[in-house]
Amino acid sequence: MFEYLGFLFIFFGVMAFVVSAIGLIRMPDVYTRMHVGTKSTTIGTILVIIGACFIEPSWSFKLLLLAAFILLTNPLSSSVIARATHSDGLTLDRDELKEQK
Amino acid sequence: MINLLIIITLLALFITLYRFLKGPTLSDRIVSFDVLSIISISLFIILALYFQRAIYIDIALVIGLIGFIGSTIFGRYIEKGI
Repeated sequence: MFEYLGFLFIFFGVMAFVVSAIGLIRMPDVYTRMHVGTKSTTIGTILVIIGACFIEPSWSFKLLLLAAFILLTNPLSSSVIARATHSDGLTLDRDELKEQK
Repeated sequence: MINLLIIITLLALFITLYRFLKGPTLSDRIVSFDVLSIISISLFIILALYFQRAIYIDIALVIGLIGFIGSTIFGRYIEKGI
């Protein structure tokens, strides 16, 4: 029973990865690619870890440690990359706020 | 059932690898590298369930550490130079 629930969680997490990869292909500039590439992979990894905890409960300490590590470091690295990209001078592909002025 | 999950994860990995090889700017490649490291963490968790060996979770922890340090250092390299 719990094994099938775990496989269901892992399946949803893996589908989040596929959506993230397709968005990485289709989005027009760096900032939108960063939006797709960091948010949905975070939720995908957390779902995969929850599913693995359901399937093998004896590994759950290491898996939850990994989940806490990812929740701490993933927004930090994306923030560093966004700041560096902005200081490099790259702009949005289509800036609607500038077009309205 | 778990074979199908490994195949879908590899599909996502190869689609991301296309952006990593093609990406027009350096920032695109760094974002793709971040996504690649996180997808490989999950791939190693699924492989640990496939082979029933808990040692693969340690490999996933080390990949997470090195991926985070790598993307942070490349971000600093774009911003100021080394």
